[in-house]
Amino acid sequence: MAKGASSNKPSSRRPPMPPPPPRRRGAAQARGAWREQLDSYLQHHRTSARDSADRLYKAPLSSMMTGMVIAIALALPVVLLLVLASVQQLSGDWQDTARIAVYLADDTGEEQARELQQQWQARDELSEVVFIHRDQALEDFREQAGLQDALEYLDSNPLPHTLIMTPAQDYRQEAVLEALMASLESLDQVAQVQLDMAWLQRLNAIAELMRQAVLVLGLLLGVAVVLVIGNSIRMAIENRRSEILVVKLVGGSDTFVRRPFLYTGLWSGLLGGLLAWWLVEVALWWLSAPVDQLAALYHSDFSLLRLPFSGLLSLLAVAMGFGWLGSWLAVKRHLRLIEPR
Amino acid sequence: MIEFQHVSKHYGERFTALRDLNFHLPRGEMAFLTGHSGAGKSTLLKLIMLMERPSQGRILVGGQALDRTPRRQVPYLRRHIGVVFQDHQLLFDRTVFDNVALPLMVCGTPPREIARRVRAALDKVGLLSKEKMSPVQLSGGEQQRIGIARAVVNKPSLLLADEPTGNLDPALSADIMGLFQQFNQVGVTVLIATHDIALVERLGRPVMTLDQGRLIRGGQRVQEPAHG
Repeated sequence: MAKGASSNKPSSRRPPMPPPPPRRRGAAQARGAWREQLDSYLQHHRTSARDSADRLYKAPLSSMMTGMVIAIALALPVVLLLVLASVQQLSGDWQDTARIAVYLADDTGEEQARELQQQWQARDELSEVVFIHRDQALEDFREQAGLQDALEYLDSNPLPHTLIMTPAQDYRQEAVLEALMASLESLDQVAQVQLDMAWLQRLNAIAELMRQAVLVLGLLLGVAVVLVIGNSIRMAIENRRSEILVVKLVGGSDTFVRRPFLYTGLWSGLLGGLLAWWLVEVALWWLSAPVDQLAALYHSDFSLLRLPFSGLLSLLAVAMGFGWLGSWLAVKRHLRLIEPR
Repeated sequence: MIEFQHVSKHYGERFTALRDLNFHLPRGEMAFLTGHSGAGKSTLLKLIMLMERPSQGRILVGGQALDRTPRRQVPYLRRHIGVVFQDHQLLFDRTVFDNVALPLMVCGTPPREIARRVRAALDKVGLLSKEKMSPVQLSGGEQQRIGIARAVVNKPSLLLADEPTGNLDPALSADIMGLFQQFNQVGVTVLIATHDIALVERLGRPVMTLDQGRLIRGGQRVQEPAHG
């Protein structure tokens, strides 16, 4: 008998169904139920995480390709940043060993020069004052610059006596050095004072500018990583369309459906980050030979900075963050479109 | 359990799937929905499942007005409704066990409880021995029974079936209907859409017939009881 709205006879065979959304059970059971809910929530996280990793592992080619694209995009700015940091560290070293060259006036004799040396040596700001005789200077110049022939034409030594002053450790600040230079320059016996730091400052400025440029580049590449991951997640969603439909039909919430894809993004990011680390190491190894050669030419012990452990952790965190973001965007956009019809 | 009040469903400007439908299916009832193909049977079931929303009218399921159910709440509503499809919608890349466990997993049922209830459901449909197999290895009738096990594993108070015997021979069909009757006997409200008139008549249950989106038998429009 079909029941019309007017003619129905309530059936008493079954207690009423609790209306959705589901109610929790009684207070006495509430805590146990809450505990169980938490357990099964964590359980689903574990299952999703494992299942997502499993899927990446079972499709090694596409996983590696996605991972490699991410890795290249991440490794490029990291290598550039490391090179720049190395250069900046180098200029920092030079700053530490800055010397002040004090060229004495032509009419300042050797006696006077030695007197000055004694006088300045006594000052706290300076740790060392070396006197270089004009003849010695000419000799050095001749040897180093390979200009013997030109120097032959000179009637007399054009070079003055020189004092090379090394600032004491505690006084290596720009203001102190400038004050020192000012007082040196005011002396009659002194012709010129040179603290050749200008080029270092310029180098620093250039490095800083490049660092900014690398950060912008890194940001753009980060966007690329997000898009790449978003795209691979979009394809994963398409591939699992029927599964998503069934899960939605049996009452899977959006969070439930989303979770495995977010883990896929996270793992892709992690894989990309690890590959990026490997690429960075390879690139640094590759660059280290020519850099060492170059450094040797300049009698420098300069070498490229390696990625520190904390840097590796940040790299992985950033990669996973991008992965999560990319998959989240893809999931937000595409999962909505898959609804049972 | 299910109440339709002046429900219509239009697709676009021109096509009307359901026109001014009124009926009430009481709790614990087992009824059939028949009609030629395209009469609107599937649309009606989809409205109950909130896979579609009505263009006009009101639908109440278990006392809850569906028009007031926000999108986020839809999954929770579906957890109280078991559905069996003609093409059973099984996932072939998972075992029988995992297929049946799906509705419990989405609710966050603890694993031990899942195992217990999945086995109970599989036992009920007589396929406990096949839990580790893939659905591909099973026959059409067995696949349909897996679909039924999945629909009831959650102990829903409402069971919907869309042409559950569509691809099966008469003996298997009777078998499947027997299962539905068993669930009905323990209090589950059952609504089955089918075009297998002969089978329906034999069971002597209430019948609603749709024609061109109108209810021409059963429900409110036809006062006389259909059968039995």
